Amino acid sequence: MNNLALIDEILLKIEKPVRYIGHEVNSVIKDPEKVDIRFAMAFPDVYEIGMSHLGMKIIYEQMNRRDDVWCERVFSPWVDLDKVMREEKIPLFALESQDPVFMFDFLAITIQYEMCYTNILQLLDLAQIGIYAKDRREDAPFVIGGGPCTYNPEPLAPFFDMFYIGESETVYYDLMDIYKEHKAQGGSRQEFLKKAAQVPGIYVPSLYNVTYHEDGTIASMEPNCPEAPKTVLRQVQMDLDNTFYPEKPLVPYIKVTQDRCVLEIQRGCTRGCRFCQAGMVYRPLRERSLSMLERVAENSLKATGNDEISLSSLSSSDYRHLPELCNYLIDNFRSKNINIALPSLRIDAFSLDVMSKVQDVRKSSLTFAPEAGTQRMRDVINKGLTEEVILHGAEEAFKGGWNKVKLYFMMGLPTETEEDMKGIAHLCEKVAMHYYKLDSQYRNGRVSVGASCSFFVPKPFTPFQWASMCEEEEYTRRAHLVNDEFKAQHNRRSLSFKYHDAKTTVLEGILARGDRRIADVIYSAYKKGCLYDAWTEYFHYDRWMEAMEENGLDYHFYTTRERSLDEIFPWDFIEIGVTKEFLKREWNNAMEEKVTPNCREKCSSCGASRFGGGVCHESKNQME
Amino acid sequence: MKARIKWSKTGVLKFIGHLDVQRYFHKAMMRAELPVSFSKGMSPHQIMSFAAPLGIGMTSEGEYVDVSFDWCYSSQEMLDRMNAVMNEGISVLEFKQINEKEKNCMAVTAAADYLVDFRKGYYYTDAFLKRTEPFYFQEQIQILKKTKRSEKEVDISPMILAIREQDEQIFMRLVTGSAENLKPQLVMEAFCNYLGYDYEPFAFQYHRLETYLKKDGELLPLGAVGRDVPNAILPDDVEGNV
Repeated sequence: MNNLALIDEILLKIEKPVRYIGHEVNSVIKDPEKVDIRFAMAFPDVYEIGMSHLGMKIIYEQMNRRDDVWCERVFSPWVDLDKVMREEKIPLFALESQDPVFMFDFLAITIQYEMCYTNILQLLDLAQIGIYAKDRREDAPFVIGGGPCTYNPEPLAPFFDMFYIGESETVYYDLMDIYKEHKAQGGSRQEFLKKAAQVPGIYVPSLYNVTYHEDGTIASMEPNCPEAPKTVLRQVQMDLDNTFYPEKPLVPYIKVTQDRCVLEIQRGCTRGCRFCQAGMVYRPLRERSLSMLERVAENSLKATGNDEISLSSLSSSDYRHLPELCNYLIDNFRSKNINIALPSLRIDAFSLDVMSKVQDVRKSSLTFAPEAGTQRMRDVINKGLTEEVILHGAEEAFKGGWNKVKLYFMMGLPTETEEDMKGIAHLCEKVAMHYYKLDSQYRNGRVSVGASCSFFVPKPFTPFQWASMCEEEEYTRRAHLVNDEFKAQHNRRSLSFKYHDAKTTVLEGILARGDRRIADVIYSAYKKGCLYDAWTEYFHYDRWMEAMEENGLDYHFYTTRERSLDEIFPWDFIEIGVTKEFLKREWNNAMEEKVTPNCREKCSSCGASRFGGGVCHESKNQME
Repeated sequence: MKARIKWSKTGVLKFIGHLDVQRYFHKAMMRAELPVSFSKGMSPHQIMSFAAPLGIGMTSEGEYVDVSFDWCYSSQEMLDRMNAVMNEGISVLEFKQINEKEKNCMAVTAAADYLVDFRKGYYYTDAFLKRTEPFYFQEQIQILKKTKRSEKEVDISPMILAIREQDEQIFMRLVTGSAENLKPQLVMEAFCNYLGYDYEPFAFQYHRLETYLKKDGELLPLGAVGRDVPNAILPDDVEGNV
């Protein structure tokens, strides 16, 4: 087992060689002769990022539970090793066996954010299996994409043999069974793709033809063979208790971004924020049971020796067993010197009490995500948080000893006015004022109110998928305007304002709502040396813009263009659960500044109830 | 109670740096559910202190760590419990109780033994093996020592306590520790200079054999000041816990 893919001379020359040697505690080693399927699971970013990702751990557990499959991990080689591998023609390898990926049956790639697209091309390139699927040899691994960005897979379509649309727990075993049978019988690559296309949730892009109108919008997208279904249904795991979950997670040697055990307490969200893709595409909300989470906490801490455990979900305060779960964790693990990392919670008496138990109040900060500066703007985006709630929460927190507050905002939201922008500074000023108005017994020095601002990127399958974006200069102008407004506040010395890079925003916008024609742009950008675009120091906006031009595409088509309500979008062939009618209704509600209640208050018939469970059927269960 | 644990690092784990080894031991103790003592305060941490850090790329069968426990099982059982949760590549070899007053292993480290092996394809090995003695018996061994701030010529000969051929490899005993420290790489660089060769950093593979402290002028393995724990030491037996 001590044969590494890289020789010592290379490993001792590069940064953090531990990224490439595998052998971590709880890694799964099998005899390659005794398995039928070699499955490489890749995260297209550096080890420390990829190893922090829960989804990959779930698939690792799920696949390796089968005796006939060996699932191994692959991460993007960092730029130093990338160079060596190209020079010396070393093929991309998997960590466990250190075998080249081109020997595998599958290369599954999780696609978590748009800015990793060039890293996907790097993986395919280094694996020596052809960047475009059409160039792949008969014996090459099948390249399969999954994860949130596959809710619009089209910009990546030509690079992948197939996409798995939805949650891995449901049909991966079916796909493996079909593959095993196919492999035993012997058949062509194309034949297997046609069989795979019949598995619900599997999208084989080469089996569809897309035609365009003269204005560049899509005229049609049709299957080109009888095996491919007209639409692809997103996969949803309804029972989150009796399913795969990593109870013996891997223990990396180097410090990774999330160096702790993670409890995913629920999936989905009831809130319906109109900008939020996760809030739409993971519907319906499904909770895990307290007993399951307690078991996982106990087992995974023991199996890893981690000294921290965190909770993960959207809008965690909505989890109905949260108080019991927090108490369980505090009662059972605090005495063992295990930290409990809380997600951002709605600030109320309960959360302040829990937070004061698990963290150092003087050092920690409180987080609010109002997302917008004025009530009008918050109504447009359907963010239920009111100014009153924020100020009340902040006051309670100040009284509890906190004096650091972080607030998250977005700029460039649809219908945003100058008043909405300035409102960001005004809201922060009010929070600071609340602190200084408090009786001196509650105050401990200066308050620190930090606003962090990103620019809104419209995402597929959200009510804002019709929204136009701004030009890069306009985002920067707006940020400066807000910054000036911060400077004009009375308590400016207690306030800070940070904003994201506008260039990244524009590129994310292009890729998020891109079509198949964008694939060649990604390829050109990669060939120009773009890689690790998510890392500011390696992001080259100019090369991307050159790549757009070279491929005869105008980026405005993807960003600033007004879209009509009846336009066919590249992602419309996916049935996500939430209907396009609902999204249109929500877009219109946004324009009318009308708020839509959350799922537990009132069902808005979004379409997710077709999955037959979760929050959609909660009230019915309770009545029974 | 305070324990001195001897451990080894072999195989691919040679690529794991010192800080990561510390994190590895913290987690291993938690997995083994051993009663490690924690420091007091807002962010308690395990009371653990490592002897001379081993450079990335080096293997060893003579590493030490001091760990404080609230109580412990017998030496053998402690070793068994730790090894049960360890990875291939890091094993614990000795578990000894030391006096509470004993200075930690980092502070007392005085010397270490190394074996230097030759990677194929760089040098003619015999050129080194046959000339270890004349190299050692030079009056001075000058070498350019680079620090973050400066470069200076130093004579490393007083810090080389022994050097000889051993089974077609080079054995050396070097002064080691926080006050004075000589890395085996520097010795091999000087050896290359002596032979008139360009220094190839990847030509040598280093293995640490043992780490020593100095007691009454004599070098003893760090574990020599400890004693075996034949039976469990329960919470009530521990000094200061009564």
